[in-house]
Amino acid sequence: MSFDVDVRKALGDHVVTARFVASDGITLLWGPSGVGKTSVLNMIAGLMRPDQGHVSIDGQMLFDDSAAINLLPHRRRIGYVFQDGRLFPHLRVRANLLYGHRLAAPENRWMSLQAVIDFLGIEHLLGRWPGTLSGGEVQRVAIGRALLSGARALLMDEPLASIDPARREGIMDVILRIRDELVLPIVYVTHNPAEADRLATRKIELMPSSR
Amino acid sequence: MLSLKVSLAAMLITLPLAFALAWVLARWRFPGKLLLDAAVHLPLVLPPVVIGWMLLLTFGPAGPVGGMLERWLGLSVMFRWTGAAIAAGIMALPLMVRAIRLSIEAVDHRLEEAAQTLGASPARCFFTILLPLSLPGVAAAFILGFARSLGEFGATITFVSNIPGETRTLSLAIYSALQVPGADEAVWRLALISIGLSLGALLLSEALARRTSATGTRHVL
Repeated sequence: MSFDVDVRKALGDHVVTARFVASDGITLLWGPSGVGKTSVLNMIAGLMRPDQGHVSIDGQMLFDDSAAINLLPHRRRIGYVFQDGRLFPHLRVRANLLYGHRLAAPENRWMSLQAVIDFLGIEHLLGRWPGTLSGGEVQRVAIGRALLSGARALLMDEPLASIDPARREGIMDVILRIRDELVLPIVYVTHNPAEADRLATRKIELMPSSR
Repeated sequence: MLSLKVSLAAMLITLPLAFALAWVLARWRFPGKLLLDAAVHLPLVLPPVVIGWMLLLTFGPAGPVGGMLERWLGLSVMFRWTGAAIAAGIMALPLMVRAIRLSIEAVDHRLEEAAQTLGASPARCFFTILLPLSLPGVAAAFILGFARSLGEFGATITFVSNIPGETRTLSLAIYSALQVPGADEAVWRLALISIGLSLGALLLSEALARRTSATGTRHVL
């Protein structure tokens, strides 16, 4: 499983560029604030269209401007864990978890609901509404929801940023276990050096550039 | 009661149209959006008589829509309760679009992005995320539009006249009763009904609007 990313996008008065090939493990996008790390994740997920370049995963082209390929986000099978979780407020935890699972083709569902519940230790949360969860609980559910959607890789945008420091350790363990036990490639964005050192298999430095 | 039938039919016709317009106005950017926005709000500021007259032109036997209905379906809404429902629906449209638009704008667009990364097509996002989350606004719009329809007068009397049992809705009945000497009791009764219905509808829709936004800053009133 490997990512091949080479994208370029003008945003306002600067240009976001990223070019890397990443295989298993945690690929850390690193760089000063405003350099466009989240934009790169959005381009990989298909939520933002690059001006130029290509994105492929495991040999499948997801975006290629020269071949006019641009797969819609829902066809990419890339899980995305956002900084703020983005759980659906009108669905209980269980329905949030199953949202993508029900949409995935049966052959792509490589993890069952029970396996995810056990993996993340969230059995007791199933009947709760997202509004009643703590930051750490929200991220566990968000990670579970992404795993259940049949994702073949995960994007994580500062998943620990809105969690109080005491709970970060637990989520960090989960992320390391996703890397080691589930062997799922992760592209990870953070500002926190300690987090970066602990998690990164490799670091990709993004450079600021103006147009 | 005829008024309830007319208003209910008006809502059934108008609600999908109002939702579509609200969605377009809330989420799309295109040239001429301001013009569409203004056109949607026209019934709010135009004299209702003008709306009624325009409906006559449109739905009359020689009009573009009326002609087609007559030719293909053998239908006419002229001087029928269905015509009264159309008039009431058009007059209620701006209020309904406003209420639904506010609730669509209150839905975090990023939730729809999250749904897409989980495998939901744009259409599925619409039906499983946007629609349920904007439902309180839709309900508010329904109630508000319903109350507005009950009170419709000018466009209705211009378009479909004032025919007892067919197009004589609550407001027209009050007007008619006022023309008859000694019908004060009937006027009082009808007026109180209409005050009660309208007040109840406003309070209910405001309560729903407050539930939509936790901050309480979005109001229908």
